[in-house]
Amino acid sequence: MNSLYQSYIRTEALPSLFCPGCGNGIIQMAAIRAIDGLGVRENLACVSGIGCSSWIPCYLNLDVMHTIHGRALAFATGLKMAQPDKKVMVFTGDGDCLAIGGNHFLHACARNIDLTVVMVNNYIYGMTGGQKSPATPMDAVTKTSPYGATDYPIDGCQLALTMGATYVARWTTAHPVQLEKAIWEGLENKGFSYIEVLSQCPVQGGKNLYGEKEPAAILKKYREMAKEGEITLGRFAQNNQRKEYLERVEQCLATQGWEES
Amino acid sequence: MAQITIDKSCCKGCDICYAVCPKKIFVRSKNRNHYGTNMPDVREPMECTYCGMCQRMCPDGAIQVTREEEPVNEN
Repeated sequence: MNSLYQSYIRTEALPSLFCPGCGNGIIQMAAIRAIDGLGVRENLACVSGIGCSSWIPCYLNLDVMHTIHGRALAFATGLKMAQPDKKVMVFTGDGDCLAIGGNHFLHACARNIDLTVVMVNNYIYGMTGGQKSPATPMDAVTKTSPYGATDYPIDGCQLALTMGATYVARWTTAHPVQLEKAIWEGLENKGFSYIEVLSQCPVQGGKNLYGEKEPAAILKKYREMAKEGEITLGRFAQNNQRKEYLERVEQCLATQGWEES
Repeated sequence: MAQITIDKSCCKGCDICYAVCPKKIFVRSKNRNHYGTNMPDVREPMECTYCGMCQRMCPDGAIQVTREEEPVNEN
C-alpha cells in the first residue's frame, strides 16, 4: 500500500466500494497530496452528500460529515459559520451538486463563503444504475434516455462564474498533477472555490456514454478531447475582489456593537 | 534502483497502471489479487524514472515506489 495513502486512509474500512478503475480514487489521492502538502490535516473538515463521489472523504481519517442528498453545501455552510477558523472541503457529484442541490450551490456561490468544493462530474448517476444526470451530454444514451438525451447539459463552471465564485477550475482525472494544484489553490483561496473534475465511470457510463469501456481508454479519450478543444480545461477565475461572507457578517455585526469575545 | 511494490489486498485489476507508466514497467501477469482479478507484475524496475504517475493514478493506492540509494563505487 502507498505509504501516504495509508497514513490518511481508514484502513479498517478497506477495500473501498469503488468499482475497479473508478476515478474517485484518483481524486482521493490528489486531495490527500494537496492536504498533506499544505499541512492542514488538523484544521480540515470534509462534508459530502449522496452518490459514489460522496464516499471519497468517508475513507479519509479526517473529520467527515456524510449528509443528506444535495444538502452537502448547506451543511458545510453551517459548519463553516460555527467553526470559522477551520477549512471546510466539500466532495459532491454532478447529480448532488447540480440537480437536487442546485439551489444550495447557487446561494453558496453568491455568498462567496470560504468553502472548497470538489465536484466530481462523471456525466451519469452511477450509484443508482446509470440514469441521466443534468451534466449528461446531448444525444447520450442512458437508462432513462434510451433514444438519446434531449436536454442541453448544465455547465457547472459557467454557473459558478456567473454566480460569483472566486476560484473556478476544471480538470479531468487524466490530469492528476494539475488537479492536485487546483485543490491546493482552492484550499488557499479565501472565498468560494469550485473545482470540477471530469471523472470516469467505467461500469455505468462505460456502457454507452463515453464509447469506451476500459478505464485507461476513457482517460486517453479525455486527454484527446482536451487537446482537440471539445472540453475546456484550466483555471477560469481567481479573484479576490469579492469579500468573503464571514467577513461581511462580522462587519455587519460590528456596526451593531458586537465584539468578538 | 527503484523498489516497486503492488499491494495484493488493494489492487482491483483496473489496468490503469499499464497505460500511465511511460517506461511500461508494469506487465500483465496471471497472479490474482484479493479482489479476484489479474494484477500487474513489475518488469525491470531499473528503468523507473520516479515520475510518480503510477502512485498518483492508482485509484486504490496499491502502488508504492521507493528509491533505493545505489551503492557508491569506491574505486
